[in-house]
Amino acid sequence: MSTQEKEWGLITEFKSAKDIYHAAEKLRDSGFKKFECYTPFPIHGMDDAMGIKATKLPWLILACGLTGLATATGLQVITNADLYPMIIGGKPNGVGSLVAFLPVMFELSVLFSAFGAVFGMIGINGLPKLYNPVFKHEAFKKVTDDGFFISVSVDDPKYNTQKTTEFLEKIGGKDVTVIND
Amino acid sequence: MIDMTLDPNADNPAQRTPLVQGGMGFKDVSHAVCDISERKTPKIWFLCLAAALSTLGLLKTSILYLIWEGTGIWGLNNPTYWGWAIVNFVFWVGIGHAGTLISAILFLLRQDWRTGVNRFAEAMTLMAVACAGVFPGIHIGRVWAAYWLFPIPNQMTLWPNFHSPLLWDVFAVSTYATVSLLFWYVGLIPDLATMRDRAKTKYRKIAYGVLSLGWTGANKHWQRYEKAYAILAALATPLVLSVHTIVSFDFTVSNLPGWHTTIFPPYFVAGAVFSGFAMVITLMTVVRHIYKLENLITIRHLENMCKIILLTGTLVGYAYAMEFFIAWYSGVEFESYAFINRAFGQYGWAYFIMIGCNVISPQFFWFKWCRTNVVFMFIISIFVNIGMWFERFVITMTLNNDFLPSSWDYYSPTIWDVSTFVGSFGLFFTLLLLFLRFLPIVAISEVKNCIPEADPHHGDHH
Repeated sequence: MSTQEKEWGLITEFKSAKDIYHAAEKLRDSGFKKFECYTPFPIHGMDDAMGIKATKLPWLILACGLTGLATATGLQVITNADLYPMIIGGKPNGVGSLVAFLPVMFELSVLFSAFGAVFGMIGINGLPKLYNPVFKHEAFKKVTDDGFFISVSVDDPKYNTQKTTEFLEKIGGKDVTVIND
Repeated sequence: MIDMTLDPNADNPAQRTPLVQGGMGFKDVSHAVCDISERKTPKIWFLCLAAALSTLGLLKTSILYLIWEGTGIWGLNNPTYWGWAIVNFVFWVGIGHAGTLISAILFLLRQDWRTGVNRFAEAMTLMAVACAGVFPGIHIGRVWAAYWLFPIPNQMTLWPNFHSPLLWDVFAVSTYATVSLLFWYVGLIPDLATMRDRAKTKYRKIAYGVLSLGWTGANKHWQRYEKAYAILAALATPLVLSVHTIVSFDFTVSNLPGWHTTIFPPYFVAGAVFSGFAMVITLMTVVRHIYKLENLITIRHLENMCKIILLTGTLVGYAYAMEFFIAWYSGVEFESYAFINRAFGQYGWAYFIMIGCNVISPQFFWFKWCRTNVVFMFIISIFVNIGMWFERFVITMTLNNDFLPSSWDYYSPTIWDVSTFVGSFGLFFTLLLLFLRFLPIVAISEVKNCIPEADPHHGDHH
């Protein structure tokens, strides 16, 4: 186990939501790219403080919703007009009775969009991921309680174990620790 | 200096009663919620579970006998082919509406107070929808052919009739159940991670570890999470309105006087929200007392829900009045007869139970004392629950006096109607007790967000 371990990055803890917010701004302004903030709840404005772009998730959800709409339309028109025509009270059938098909069209659009939203979010986030190097840091258990952590990855072009540690300590991080993976 | 008055209605949100009271910090919130499932299982829980499981056994027995013998064991007659099964179905689906309303509509309206109660209400939604789902499944008579409800290719190359409201209902209710479950689970992920990180035993570590999917609280994850949550809320908002609208189509699309009215969809939705909030109050007042959650589920939360009950109860009362007005104003004698018969016919007693419980009892909530007294609101909520069951009963019993006076009859339930309905509460409470024991019953991360220190600009001078 130990022979294969490589340095993964640094992790440090901050005292409050306010502190981690300002620390993220300073990391962003110093040109760090591959750092991450871990918080017990989403912090308002953190995306800007970290300088990360908006997610593309809504487009995926739209595509799923349209797929649902097309599925419902196809399912109803094909089955009721072609495979098993049902003419009731002489009323129009198939495409002619599109109004009667609206409820199912709406429902399947919502259903498929919801699948897109949930599984899209989980998928883009790379979950489920039950093993994560940050879990090796004992204090990290606090992150879902009242802990605020920042990690900086070795992949960051500005990363240097010594200098980055000093920088993190300067901006208020405590217990800066090297994480190996 | 801001004068910190404790007024739940202050225009400036900063001056309103705090949503988290008792000076609780982030750690206290996690502890208050997680400890419920971490401490030793109280004896009372086992007693309640035993009672709930016995009642669930009653449901099972009733269903097995129904499958063995057929729907003849119920009080159905000609022309009342729809009896308690449809009444119970609409009753349970209606209760299910509060959860999604709280989690989706109040989320979009930025009503922060929802955070204390949304998890519980969403769980209640799922349980109520599960109970509702039982009834259409069993009342079709030949239960083994229930798959005909779904558009599945079968050996007779038969397809369902998509022009039928009953089929729309299949899609509406199953979509609603699925989306509610997804919405609930998404909300649970960060809190399950909290339970994982606090877990002491091996089984808890594995169970909550797997269920929380390895959540780390990374900001990039939160970003997509919040986007997904907001979009789910935006999707669930029209969905929750559509579900009871489509349930009302089961009645309105038929040509029966008393059912064939355009007021049904909004009236059903208002009634659903009304009954749902009443059930949330019924359960919440008890649960917050037993688990000492008064600082998280405060009087302000309960008072807000009482106000919604007052609003929707009054809307329902308006709908009852408008039905009568239109029946008279239309000049259609069959329509007029249906309504006069509803209030003063064989089932007049049920009609006035409905009016008393649904229209009169919520009017007490005009008074602040009634809205802030926990025992009083519990009693009113019970009345509303009863009244809303009777509303569906009254509507369904319109069937009794159909177009042919020779076929008029009086519908009475049998012991099996009653046992099936009572049994469905067994299913509801079994699921509820399991939820209370094993899952975080308050949305921990969302409540933390309502604590002033969660704001990165807290304490800054503006």
